[in-house]
Amino acid sequence: MATRRSPALLVATRKGAFILKSDPARRSWKTSAPIMLGHIAHHLVQDPRDPKVILFSARTGHLGPTIYVSKDRGRKWKEAGSPPAFPKAREGFKTHVLDHSFWLTPGHASEPGVWYAGSSPQGLFRSEDGGESWQPVSGLNDHPEYSQWMGAMENGTPDGPKLHSVIVDPRDKNHLYVAMSSGGVHESLDRGATWKALVKGMDVVQGFPADKLYVHDPHCVRMCPSNPDRLYQQNHCGIYRLDRPGEVWERIGKAMPAKIGDSGFPMTVHPRNDKVCWVLPMDGSMVWPRTSIAGKPSVYTTRNAGKSWQRQDKGFPAKDAWWTVKRQAMCGDARDPVGLYFGTTQGEVWASRDEGRSWRCIARNLPEIYAVECAEL
Amino acid sequence: MRVTIPSPLLDYTKRRDVTAKGATLDEVLRDLDRQFPGIRFRMVDEHDRIRQHMRVFLDGDELRDPATVLDDKRTLHIVQALSGG
Repeated sequence: MATRRSPALLVATRKGAFILKSDPARRSWKTSAPIMLGHIAHHLVQDPRDPKVILFSARTGHLGPTIYVSKDRGRKWKEAGSPPAFPKAREGFKTHVLDHSFWLTPGHASEPGVWYAGSSPQGLFRSEDGGESWQPVSGLNDHPEYSQWMGAMENGTPDGPKLHSVIVDPRDKNHLYVAMSSGGVHESLDRGATWKALVKGMDVVQGFPADKLYVHDPHCVRMCPSNPDRLYQQNHCGIYRLDRPGEVWERIGKAMPAKIGDSGFPMTVHPRNDKVCWVLPMDGSMVWPRTSIAGKPSVYTTRNAGKSWQRQDKGFPAKDAWWTVKRQAMCGDARDPVGLYFGTTQGEVWASRDEGRSWRCIARNLPEIYAVECAEL
Repeated sequence: MRVTIPSPLLDYTKRRDVTAKGATLDEVLRDLDRQFPGIRFRMVDEHDRIRQHMRVFLDGDELRDPATVLDDKRTLHIVQALSGG
């Protein structure tokens, strides 16, 4: 008889990784000892094609970036033989130095062992051997308009400019989306050889030229598993939905309450209902504090694809809580009802097992949380 | 030649003192990578530059150029710069 696996969370923090495991009812959670304590953990992701495998993107403050691979559900880790790196510069040519791999995405179900990594500075890398060795996706990294897309390094986000939200269409292994902060959203129909920008309808900070890709700052893009033609996006400038083959993003965040606005980092979608998603609004006023608005944390959900939004804050502190939640630090599981999870930069992990109606803290006193991903361990 | 390893890299070598062969700094670092796979990229970027927070000393003299010719009777000290928080 197959072993029934338990819900788990893979938590990446600025000082190492942690695994939270639960009973099947998702009532009781236990936090593991730190994994690679002191390493800067950017992202841990379980392989849905082979759930024994977890990839872990890491660096330290002093050492170069690397990838660790576990083939036994996170017990033992082995470093990649050839982690992502930009090609060596030809004499007289300028190129990039990889600071870290920021985002990990498993490849298509038909391609076991294929993984993608988005990096800082912006770059896309592919592994075809389960994360052991990585090659640059030249169609993007060496694109002649690369510098026009990404702008200068100093234009990047405070933790460095980054490529994120690598999405593989479950219907077509050649169909990819990526997003870049900054650099906009891009689509490839040929496995990364060529790219087309998808930024129509996306707003930019007032005063910047919207026709320049480097001023576009998508924070997180998600594809609906139940409808791969539907994308949701949390952007620096609003919340959006795009229904393909359409090419114009609709700013569904305009339906958010005016006093809340539609700034934030993460975006989470329902696994079975393409009309449902969740965001975690943060203060985008004045100097962009990016904390819970008025110190009152809330999640907002739509159940009609963005026509209206409902506040979900049962269980959160009623006041004086100044949370920041990063773009990779919110996720949903595939159970029914959907479990939702997020981690704060203050080191707390919060969970809801009723699709956001009520919340409780399941871990605290962790280091600054960078990413939270659901797993079954 | 004798090479001393800083604590962040002991996961690779398991000991402070190791030996490596090579006429230049680049060759010695590549020999270390042959013995301890992966260690070089943690110290040297993809353009063969020593990373910002790593330092290499030949006894008391700091080295930055990978082409530096080494005297194998001396000791190469790989040091992690103090920084961060």
